[in-house]
Amino acid sequence: MKKNILGLNPKDTKFLLIVVFLTLFTPILLQPFAAGSELAQFNGGYPDLMQKIAIFGIFAVGFNILFGLTGYLSFGHAAFLGIGSYAAVWMFKLLTMNVIPGILLAMVVSGLFAAAIGYVSLRRSGIYFSILTLAFAQMCYKMAYSVLTPLTNGETGLQLTLNDPRILDGAQQGSSLPVTNIFGLAMNSSYKVEALGRVFTFNVGFYFCAVIAILAFYVAIRLFRSPFGMMLRAVKSNQQRMTYTGLDPKPYTLAAFVISGMYAGLAGGLLAAMDPLAGADRMLWTASGEVVIMTILGGAGTLMGPVLGAGVIKYLENIFSKINEGVLHDWFSFLPDGVEDVVIWVFARFTGEGWHLTLGVTFMLVVTFLPGGLIEGLKRLASRIRNGSQKRDKYDDPDPEHRPDPGKRVAGE
Amino acid sequence: METILLQLLNGLDKGSAYALIALGLTLIFGTLGVVNFAHGALFMIGAFCAVTLSRLLNLSFETVDPTRTDFLGNPLKVKTPYVEAWFGPDFGHALIDWSVPLAILFSIPIMIAVGFIMERGLIKHFYKRPHADQILVTFGLAIVLQEVIKYVYGANPISTPAPDAFKGSFDFGALLGFDPNLIIYPYWRLIYFGFAAVVIGAVFSFLQFTTFGMVVRAGMADRETVGLLGINIDRRFTLMFGLAAAVAGMAGVMYAPILSPNYHMGMDFLVLSFVVVVVGGMGSLPGAVAAGFLLGILESFASMNWIKDIIPGIDQIIIYVVAIVILLTRPRGLMGRKGVMEE
Repeated sequence: MKKNILGLNPKDTKFLLIVVFLTLFTPILLQPFAAGSELAQFNGGYPDLMQKIAIFGIFAVGFNILFGLTGYLSFGHAAFLGIGSYAAVWMFKLLTMNVIPGILLAMVVSGLFAAAIGYVSLRRSGIYFSILTLAFAQMCYKMAYSVLTPLTNGETGLQLTLNDPRILDGAQQGSSLPVTNIFGLAMNSSYKVEALGRVFTFNVGFYFCAVIAILAFYVAIRLFRSPFGMMLRAVKSNQQRMTYTGLDPKPYTLAAFVISGMYAGLAGGLLAAMDPLAGADRMLWTASGEVVIMTILGGAGTLMGPVLGAGVIKYLENIFSKINEGVLHDWFSFLPDGVEDVVIWVFARFTGEGWHLTLGVTFMLVVTFLPGGLIEGLKRLASRIRNGSQKRDKYDDPDPEHRPDPGKRVAGE
Repeated sequence: METILLQLLNGLDKGSAYALIALGLTLIFGTLGVVNFAHGALFMIGAFCAVTLSRLLNLSFETVDPTRTDFLGNPLKVKTPYVEAWFGPDFGHALIDWSVPLAILFSIPIMIAVGFIMERGLIKHFYKRPHADQILVTFGLAIVLQEVIKYVYGANPISTPAPDAFKGSFDFGALLGFDPNLIIYPYWRLIYFGFAAVVIGAVFSFLQFTTFGMVVRAGMADRETVGLLGINIDRRFTLMFGLAAAVAGMAGVMYAPILSPNYHMGMDFLVLSFVVVVVGGMGSLPGAVAAGFLLGILESFASMNWIKDIIPGIDQIIIYVVAIVILLTRPRGLMGRKGVMEE
């Protein structure tokens, strides 16, 4: 046996290294085109976007631990994201602007909520589970808007104010709001480096998120490969048989639910750490739908899938929202006038304001034609290239019942 | 006593909408076995059918009336809707006034067509896929439909008034011997309830008393055997999908005067309708209707002031609380059948 680094086998180590590389070099990777050039609009190198990708990557990885491994489709995961945000902002208000306690509290609180909600919801499975989680999330959302206004500040959202106590930070200096920091290093500070004719921005907040994202991903790998992960897969493939073997699936699924709730809380806490305000909108069920989309798009049950999905969706969201008719005119100016107008009209529906339309269409196409997500698509592509002219590969099984489980495939290969 | 009656009445119109949407959802689920997250979008499309018809009828041309002048002294421009010019002012005006009820006739073929295209074009391919896939693809479809409507009609709610004849309120209290003006209830909501009752009755009698309905019910119970008897059950189920779409659409048309249609109304109603279906019992039509009314009425009772004083915010969450309690105590819902959606 080869000696394993960090308790991972060589393949997973490679995986982790890829992720570490991708996250740490995002500021460079997302800036592929020189600033003044035609293609500069494809650059996504804003600290804002990079933070979002890292944070939603964590969210999706956590969601995948529940959905990808156990097959329980939760439609209310955004509730934990929102709860995490609220908890973190309260910590910033009461204790200190240092993000560490805030994020820890966010994880603990959302973990508690997940334990309570999971305990109830997991008594049912399938569509009932989805609807129960949806109901709980909607309940949290409505309560944040109405009854819990003293805690959540209702529609305005929870914000920092100048006369918050902030016990550990001592007396308030100046008249501006303090910024979140980690042991004095402000989250919104960044360092600019000029190289190769471009300016690369290295943002403290992003690197903080990135390090946490890598840790979260590492934990997820360990979890996927552990006997516990195996149990969760057993829950997905056949609960009944699992019961016959003398194993009770309940504690395992509940643990998975709590873990994934804590991931969501962590993501929520990080969102608050980057921008210290929390609103109930984060708990809306469309937000829950978004994390489902990310996970499915990347590939549920795979390790890389959710990260990939979160990255692709957040990147495209940013880019697509930026493209307006003017940009389109530049692109298609080579076409004859009539054709140009038609093409621009079509494209304009999908860009700018129409980003949600693109999202919906992409989602439908992925679920219909590529149920395994992008990861499966890449694998098919790779195997097709390898097999040359051979048209059908082993994953083209027409019968979905016998379609191999995407999670297992990653494990086996 | 009168407050109770009033809340009961208030709950009816919302309950009717829930019941109609939940009925369609259950119909689709019971026949095709598909969990349709796009059903709220069908409700919304129905509401926008009403908007479209009222806009079509209001299309008008301008004429200059030399006998009258506006405040600047110029000849007054008069807008005349085409319908008034074609059918005479009285009948034309009545047509415009009655655009919402007329939109029902207008919406039925549209909704059936939409349902047909949806079923044949997309949902057909998802019968054998897991429920999660069905949820996800219809969720995507719902987003797409919503965005298309948003593009065509804009993001703001469009008010679509009911006919003038139904503008007022009905003094329900006087009828029952209470003081006048104690229990008053808008006519249109009363009509909505009556309309819902008729539609629900029609759907049930269609399923109960026609041969077509009998075959469909047989197919719901055992699809395979019906197929073996040489009946093309798939085609009938497709028609049922169209019917369910039409029910949702009509519910939307009639709801337009109560709630000005906006592009996200479908999603708002969908979440609640799902809760209704689950409470009523997956696959049970009477369950869906009963739960719809039950939850609508409960919601309206919970919004009474003295109840809100005891448990603040209960009006916002009562439906979800009830759903959670029912699912945990009666896992199959109020009237759920055995063997439906059980793992």
